[in-house]
Amino acid sequence: MAWETVMGLEVHVELATKSKIFCSCTTEFGGEPNTHCCPICTGMPGTLPVVNKQVVNYAMKAGMALNCEITRYNKFDRKNYFYPDLPKAYQISQLYLPICRNGRVPIEVDGIKKDIRIHEIHMEEDAGKLIHDDFNDETKCDYNRCGVPLIEIVSEPDFRSADEVIAYLEKLKSTLEYLGVSDCKMQEGSMRADVNLSVRQAGSEEFGTRTEMKNLNSFKAIAKAINYEAKRQIDVIERGGKVVQETRRWDDNKDKSYAMRSKENAEDYRYFPEPDIPPIEIDDDWYNANLASLPEFADAKRARYVSEFGLPEYDAGIITTQKALADFFEETTAICGKPKEVSNWIMGELMRLLGENDAETKDMKLTPKALATLIELVEKKTINRNKAKEIFAIAFKEDLDVAKYVKDNNLEQVSDEGLVKEIVDKVIENNPQAVDDYKSGNKKAIGFLMGQCMKELKGKGDPGVVNKLLSAALA
Amino acid sequence: MEITKDMVEYVASLARLKLDESQTAALQKDLGEIINYMDVLNNLDTEGIEPMSHAFAVKNVFREDVVKPSADRAELLKNAPKSDEEAIIVPKTVE
Amino acid sequence: MDISNLTAVELGAKIKAGELTVKEAVEAALESIEQKDGEINAYITVLKEEALARANEVQRGIDSGKYTSPLAGVPIAIKDNISTKGIKTTCASKILGDFKPPYNATVIDKLNEAGAVIVGKLNMDEFAMGSAGETSYYEPTKNPWDTSRVPGGSSSGAAAAVAAGEAVCALGSDTGGSIRQPASFCGVTGFKPTYGAVSRYGLIAYASSLDQIGPVAKDAADCAAILDVICGRDEMDGTSLDYEHPKYFDSLTGEVGGLKIGIPTQCYGDGLDKDVKSAVLGVAETLKSNGAEVEEFDMPIIDYAVPTYYIIAAAEASSNLSRFDGVKYGFRAEEFEDLTDLYMATRSEGFGDEVKRRIMLGAFALSTGYYDAYYKKALQVKALIKRAFDEAFEKYDIVLFPAAPTTAPKLGESLDNPLKTYLSDIYTVSVNLAGLPGISVPCGFDGNGMPIGAQLVGAPLSDAKILNAAHAYQQLTEYHKQTPDATGKEV
Repeated sequence: MAWETVMGLEVHVELATKSKIFCSCTTEFGGEPNTHCCPICTGMPGTLPVVNKQVVNYAMKAGMALNCEITRYNKFDRKNYFYPDLPKAYQISQLYLPICRNGRVPIEVDGIKKDIRIHEIHMEEDAGKLIHDDFNDETKCDYNRCGVPLIEIVSEPDFRSADEVIAYLEKLKSTLEYLGVSDCKMQEGSMRADVNLSVRQAGSEEFGTRTEMKNLNSFKAIAKAINYEAKRQIDVIERGGKVVQETRRWDDNKDKSYAMRSKENAEDYRYFPEPDIPPIEIDDDWYNANLASLPEFADAKRARYVSEFGLPEYDAGIITTQKALADFFEETTAICGKPKEVSNWIMGELMRLLGENDAETKDMKLTPKALATLIELVEKKTINRNKAKEIFAIAFKEDLDVAKYVKDNNLEQVSDEGLVKEIVDKVIENNPQAVDDYKSGNKKAIGFLMGQCMKELKGKGDPGVVNKLLSAALA
Repeated sequence: MEITKDMVEYVASLARLKLDESQTAALQKDLGEIINYMDVLNNLDTEGIEPMSHAFAVKNVFREDVVKPSADRAELLKNAPKSDEEAIIVPKTVE
Repeated sequence: MDISNLTAVELGAKIKAGELTVKEAVEAALESIEQKDGEINAYITVLKEEALARANEVQRGIDSGKYTSPLAGVPIAIKDNISTKGIKTTCASKILGDFKPPYNATVIDKLNEAGAVIVGKLNMDEFAMGSAGETSYYEPTKNPWDTSRVPGGSSSGAAAAVAAGEAVCALGSDTGGSIRQPASFCGVTGFKPTYGAVSRYGLIAYASSLDQIGPVAKDAADCAAILDVICGRDEMDGTSLDYEHPKYFDSLTGEVGGLKIGIPTQCYGDGLDKDVKSAVLGVAETLKSNGAEVEEFDMPIIDYAVPTYYIIAAAEASSNLSRFDGVKYGFRAEEFEDLTDLYMATRSEGFGDEVKRRIMLGAFALSTGYYDAYYKKALQVKALIKRAFDEAFEKYDIVLFPAAPTTAPKLGESLDNPLKTYLSDIYTVSVNLAGLPGISVPCGFDGNGMPIGAQLVGAPLSDAKILNAAHAYQQLTEYHKQTPDATGKEV
């Protein structure tokens, strides 16, 4: 029997505002427990929330970038439940009038294009962190995260494979990074995905009973958890059992998920309109100002890199996946005016070094100025390509003034034909065997002789000039 | 409408109130009378009336995204029935 | 020294003129509390040391010209649901225990900036839920006019303290009549400003969309002077109105010529005590004889105000009071098995019966399956009530209501039938639902010698007009100057 997996995603994204959603405490990650707190975010009696305008801007922009309709008349609602990470015992969220609805995220998996529909995006506040002390059988409440602004992006049940889920999440991450509304770091919890999953027989129109999986901290964990859960549900059904609607927690160390103890009456949140926050009305001016401020996103950039700069489709795709990489490409190109060269360096040396060092583009030291200078020096034949690669590796790790470095270390390329001719003659004289090999038909021997010439020239010889004079001498 | 004992117990669990038998019975009676009385609202035709959560048309009240110093931690923790120097302590939560 | 006959404005003027020191004024207030509060029980906390220390500081401030407000040096008492930094704030509930807020309510900061001296925190119905002052965990407050009777509620301590001369003036809060009704029971003047005129920041919420802080005082002029100090937009309260307030005290002219007064006929039928009815209608007569125009009109929607109010207020309360769970502040039950049991044991032991009743009612009205029939329906009726008032204020400047159907009942009578008690809020709750300003002024006495209050209600932000009408009435009458025998009658 063929089974189909059906999934929908609820993605929580922390917005990159400086201050919290309803008070002026910092949103900075970390900090000693309860040091980023005030009477408002710790739920002291009598305190009131006042909305951070930037949260609305960021949520609106996210919705625009994900092709949503923007709700012009917004309200906040209270979601009531008791838990120690929620000091007011209600979370201020949006139920009735979420800020964005009916969006669409195009994804591509193995060359097949598909749209994932967004049901809604709403604004809400984060809860605190509970630190469990097994020894004393106690839990400590750290309220630093309380009131950090979030958007929850709720998709329709449009996913059929883990690959689609990953492609969607990568697309969300890229888009939100391009917008600058979130840094989307899964390991710090600033992007968290819950997966609703059910299985059904292929071709069936009806949905099966779904489970919700939480605590998925990486793309890898998500893929593993999806495959595990789909298999678990199929096993249950094939053995004649029924899938129970429940929330399950993924344990990444054991590669297993566990049913969480269901909170009593967890579903009856008694939502009602938040009386402490007046409605938010987005007029045309406000809407248009955000619309006009949207950056160019990955898909548009990729197309432009191909048409404007003549980059190969594949290279343009890789470079535009990450905003940091695309920014680096554009800034470097703006300085040196050689997009194809820039692209080649990124696709070659930069990708290699990032991979070898397991580094993020935003963490590298390499500046657009450094790469542009390298490209110019190679172009002007001041240095040769091999030397340039060596310098590139240094500039990757430290902020380097490339021109000064080349000068200080006397790395300029030797292109003087007189000087090169002397070296060529000397190498031919000292390597008769290789010369004989070459003349007797082993054309590869010229490589060895080239190497000897470059060695004599301390690597600074202009390869074109050396090759020309060596070929002439051997003719 | 009729308020049953089950309803009283369900709502009490939502509200995290522990009721003994006599309290449950008293609340069933009181809530029954009160909610019964509230059903007079059904005499009013409210078809098409927009529910009004805010009496005045105040809108768009915001703060700017500016960080101000947080409060002194000791001040925030001093009212807690149980805490150490850095956090409030509760019985262990189970997930 | 006896300052009990002086209004806040009169006392402030004497202090400014040097006829009296701040210390003398504060000592007189504290002395009065010491003498009378054993019987009246208007205070939960008396701030003797703090007030005396503050008196010296304020005196220096007045002498140096730092404090120029009419309230500078005036002793004032604060309802115990308004947060005072480092000073116990209990909402008259066991569950708040010895909670000392880490911050001041905005109104407290404003009073301090004006140089008022806070002498204590006042008794009230627990979490402002009650109409008689009897749901307090700290024992009921008694009516100074007859200590076998209730003072009304929920600002029971505020009204009783001012009536007994234990405070020159006070701040209360009004969610469904909690300033106006006790003011009427105690023969003092109580004013509920337009919703949003005064910041709610630091007022421990009962029903956020209805709560409003306001003054309880000897007359309307004092109310205006206090409103001048506490009103204004507050960036900490998103529902506070961005509005340039007039100078309320300065705009009291005492003129009512041409003022149009509407009398809603539905409010003067069955269920209204006949002494109360004739006294309240007497207010219209008095104002009419001084140039106001009076007309009756129909307002049938008023019959739906009580159920609408109780659904909305209870729903908000069920959410607002969830934070009292034994974790962050106040009382925590001693015995519990686990976290959920900690919540349940704490809340069951920490809340009184009336609070539990309203939490239950509110949680029910919001629960799955009942939201539309109750909560949403109530919000729709609220819209209709607001509309009815909007129409009334197209024709009238003021709508005249009784403050309550009867005068103060005997202690204990309100507790056995919750629904009956709720129904007695009929004349006040609609004003909160529509966010309107309303003032209760003494307008007579019943056969037992208990005070009667009339309620003047105006359009949103017509606070100055209401205060002026009340002031005009008080220029023409002496009811507000009557004081009870401080020892109370033994009946």
